[in-house]
Amino acid sequence: MTTLDEQTEQRLVAAETAVRSDPTRVRSLFPAAGRDIGRTRTAPGAAPGEVRLEDVVRVRLLATLGEALAEDPDTLAREVADLYRFGDAAERRAVLLGLATLVDAGRGERAALLVHDALRTNDVRLVAAALGPAGAALLDADAFRQAVLKCLFVGVPLDLVAGLDQRADAPLRTMVASYADERRAAGRAVPDDALTLLDPAGPDAPTQES
Amino acid sequence: MRIFDPHIHMTSRTTDDYEAMHAAGVRAVVEPAFWLGQPRTGVDSFIDYFDALLGWERFRAAQFGIAHHCTIALNPKEANDPRCTPVLDLLPRYLAKDGVVAVGEVGFDSMTEAEETAFTRQLELAGEHGLPAMVHTPHRDKLAGTHRTLELVAAVGLPAGHVLVDHLNEVTVDVVDDAGAWMGFSIYPDTKMDPHRMVAILERRGLDRVLVNSAADWGRSDPLTTRQTGDAMLAAGFSDDDVDRVLWRNPVEFYGQSGRLLLETPQVKATDTFEGSSVLRGERAS
Repeated sequence: MTTLDEQTEQRLVAAETAVRSDPTRVRSLFPAAGRDIGRTRTAPGAAPGEVRLEDVVRVRLLATLGEALAEDPDTLAREVADLYRFGDAAERRAVLLGLATLVDAGRGERAALLVHDALRTNDVRLVAAALGPAGAALLDADAFRQAVLKCLFVGVPLDLVAGLDQRADAPLRTMVASYADERRAAGRAVPDDALTLLDPAGPDAPTQES
Repeated sequence: MRIFDPHIHMTSRTTDDYEAMHAAGVRAVVEPAFWLGQPRTGVDSFIDYFDALLGWERFRAAQFGIAHHCTIALNPKEANDPRCTPVLDLLPRYLAKDGVVAVGEVGFDSMTEAEETAFTRQLELAGEHGLPAMVHTPHRDKLAGTHRTLELVAAVGLPAGHVLVDHLNEVTVDVVDDAGAWMGFSIYPDTKMDPHRMVAILERRGLDRVLVNSAADWGRSDPLTTRQTGDAMLAAGFSDDDVDRVLWRNPVEFYGQSGRLLLETPQVKATDTFEGSSVLRGERAS
């Protein structure tokens, strides 16, 4: 887990105080958070699971917004949806990572819209964030299976998909087997994650049929 | 010759242009938000445009080794359409973002009351967000528009050094110079300024606070007129250092006042993607 140094923590606490006294301040503080509060100095890589300082800072701001608007779940849901709507990729990722804020406000259907939006992109960091615990829980069985297949296509490691062990079912394995067949037919490698999903015990383990 | 084009509309240009610009020495650009030729009819079109300036276009420029920044504003022409003006309420969200180095293009098109209202509000926003302002001067009645621009800047209280007044020519340069604001010159193939007239202005009044841009967009324009101006300066006897000052250090000084320039040369591979989409076509190399 990324930890904040003392100065970053002080800047973040000041921003949180501002959000508590006027929740609309989040509209400027959230986009500027990386620059004004703290961010990981290296350029964002393509690693879908990399937790960056600006992610941590923005998720804290979201949680503070959730506390500040706890009595007004409609306004909270709208503010969070707007942070996503007007956000760049880094801001959207943080909203997805902090989705529990919105789900707790009892507005899961609005959160689900954001998760579905993220899953329509091909941005691995957005797709990965959408499939964290709060996001994955909002997907029905069909959407969840499609999301897992998308991860295989765009290269999001399946260990970032929350609840996969419990939700991997026969229809999903059929879809993944078909995908693996297509890859083999085209002479391409099948991703290890797909093979593991199809045969969780590994190629050396005895199969159930034997 | 390293070149910072402080005003170019890359969303209207091709990847061939990016390649030619890099070969000519362009390493950084500022893309001001402006109108698209076809009028917008609602706020959502602005939002998608702003998102494209901050996202896809920055990514696209990086593929060619060029650092891309933008300015954000409701432009003067569309400030006259009441369907567009509500975007003013959304600007603070965008003015808070990384890589936004000024409020602009603001200013006058037809010198209407609606334009003046939007212009004034956006000069105030520049002050509130610690950003410089980038001002377009009108094609028609340019001198009167330039005078009124400087009056509004003074009335709002924005320091003149935080204001760039663009598309100047021999007739409008001196009033901007006297006010202490930065002077922008757009070098065009046929209209506005050409490289030799630009050199004459530099010879007459020096290099202080002068920015030279191509303002290339979707009309007849040329993204290499910055380089042509640099070459014309050298031919007229200016030094390499003079050229570097006008074409690099001056724009860095003006837009650097935002504290948000991103000038590390982007290190990228052609197979990189923005939100999963690349500038290549067809199968990705993997």
